[in-house]
Amino acid sequence: MSRLGEGVRAYWLIAGMWVRSSMTYRTSFVVTMFGNLLMTGLDFVGILLMFSQVDSLGGWGLPEIAFLYGLSVTSFGIADLVLGSMDVLGARIRDGSFDILLVRPAPVLAQIGADRFAVRRLGRITQGTVVLVWALASVDVDWSAAKVLLVPVMVVSGAAIFCAVFVAGAAFQIFAQDASEVQNAFTYGGTTLLQYPPTVFGKDFVRGVTFMLPLAFVNWVPASYVLDRPYPLDLPQWAAFAPPLVAVACGALGGLAWRAGLGSYRSTGS
Amino acid sequence: MDQVVDVAVDAFIELDRVEKVFDVRKKTGFLRRERRQVRAVDSISFTVARGEMVGYIGPNGAGKSTTIKMLTGILTPSGGRLRVAGIDPSRERTKLAHRIGVVFGQRTTLWWDLPLIDSYKLMHRMYRIPDARYRENLDRCVELLELADLLDVPVRQLSLGQRMRGDIAAALLHDPEVLYLDEPTIGLDVISKAKVRGFLRELNTERGTTVLLTTHDLQDIEQLCSRVMVIDHGRLMYDGPLTGLHEVGESERTLVVDLERELPPIEAAPARVVKVEGPRQWLAFPASESAAPLVARVAAEYPLVDLSVREPDIEAVIAKMYAGEAEKAVS
Repeated sequence: MSRLGEGVRAYWLIAGMWVRSSMTYRTSFVVTMFGNLLMTGLDFVGILLMFSQVDSLGGWGLPEIAFLYGLSVTSFGIADLVLGSMDVLGARIRDGSFDILLVRPAPVLAQIGADRFAVRRLGRITQGTVVLVWALASVDVDWSAAKVLLVPVMVVSGAAIFCAVFVAGAAFQIFAQDASEVQNAFTYGGTTLLQYPPTVFGKDFVRGVTFMLPLAFVNWVPASYVLDRPYPLDLPQWAAFAPPLVAVACGALGGLAWRAGLGSYRSTGS
Repeated sequence: MDQVVDVAVDAFIELDRVEKVFDVRKKTGFLRRERRQVRAVDSISFTVARGEMVGYIGPNGAGKSTTIKMLTGILTPSGGRLRVAGIDPSRERTKLAHRIGVVFGQRTTLWWDLPLIDSYKLMHRMYRIPDARYRENLDRCVELLELADLLDVPVRQLSLGQRMRGDIAAALLHDPEVLYLDEPTIGLDVISKAKVRGFLRELNTERGTTVLLTTHDLQDIEQLCSRVMVIDHGRLMYDGPLTGLHEVGESERTLVVDLERELPPIEAAPARVVKVEGPRQWLAFPASESAAPLVARVAAEYPLVDLSVREPDIEAVIAKMYAGEAEKAVS
């Protein structure tokens, strides 16, 4: 538990440094903040445009789609704010600056999580929350205590699951890097390995495929419960309340992956 | 704890047959890979006493950095026993971090966009350095490393030499018992090198901080280290004073002599002429001997215009040493 405390403290300290760093370029900070809000805002506008032509999508109306969308975007936004820079890990390993994090008296996961901490990522959370609130006000639902409680539980669990996936992705970057960097170090050419840029694994693969899996179970199932819709895959009724468990399991798996990744770390040549 | 009289009480850093083996996968065809093991560090044993200042040298890829990385807990040894201040670095990396300082010459721990002082404030909090101690250490570093005018300057605006001094200060604010420096003078100009060396000497003699540095620069070793360790192909080739290294390596210094006119090769044993180019001649003589008698003799017997002495190249010394080892192994 004290390790967790240490981690949170280190995270806080380092995130603070990055916020101050971004403030040194004030104009850039304001512009990216504004741009981020605009971009994420346009994201939902696309869905609105679609619904200007059709009344429902796969049997789901606009408020219901907005509910799903708001949930996932808010969850993802929180995870992205907290651990969204994990993909710089690959670059850090390549340029050797990861070693510097390893000689500091703070958990590496906290340090790498807080790396490039960016306030502009609040944009996505803001937008997701706005859509979610609108959806909650618009959906036609008989609100019970369980349903009301389930909404924040879904957001928090979803965020935790995305965080776990970020961590697992980071761990994978160490493995992938491992193969490439050692080869680079010994062959100096290293061109063959450029066929597998780590960013391909880090971003598209991990974000694209892996996020889908937990999200399907965590977002769709409880949302179906709240909206009184049939579950996908004929899952039992209680599955709607599984998100916290799934989150804990994902967290544990992510943690194990991270440990294994860190253990396999072999640093760069010089 | 006190009643245990430990014989190794002085052995602050201990390595006992430490190894680091990397698996190297080489692509040999479509989907086909060859696996090979590379021994970056091959059964190295040494101890460093508290307060020593040791130079760790060797050619590129010899295993210097790998050793440093194992000593700091960045890498886990594949075999052998390794202790720093009684701690197993890779197992208790965070605990060890409070007791060691690390400076990587080609990387920085400083915050690029923020004033230098901000990075120090972060160290203050991250290492939980007591306020009074932090102030005292910072003041000392600022004075000795001449950082006073740089504290409010963003790190990205510092020169390489200034940044290096800034990094050294950052590594010392928490009073580490040992300081590791990986190529601390690489890329620095003469003045910056002198400043860094002067500071390290002071740190070692006044504060008793143990210093272990890797370098390519023989002058770093000459001016700082009473002890030098040479590593090549992952093996410890030499461990002792620098003068001894020259003897073991059978290295030679070169006396470059400019004569008034072209003359036959100078005769001045044990020195021998290795090259003649018009009036200029190159004489090689054992590095362990003084140049003075040779210079006196040449000056007395030949019409001398100018002369200079060239120090042996450390890489050449090591290459020679390694060739010698290989011969021994064959015979």
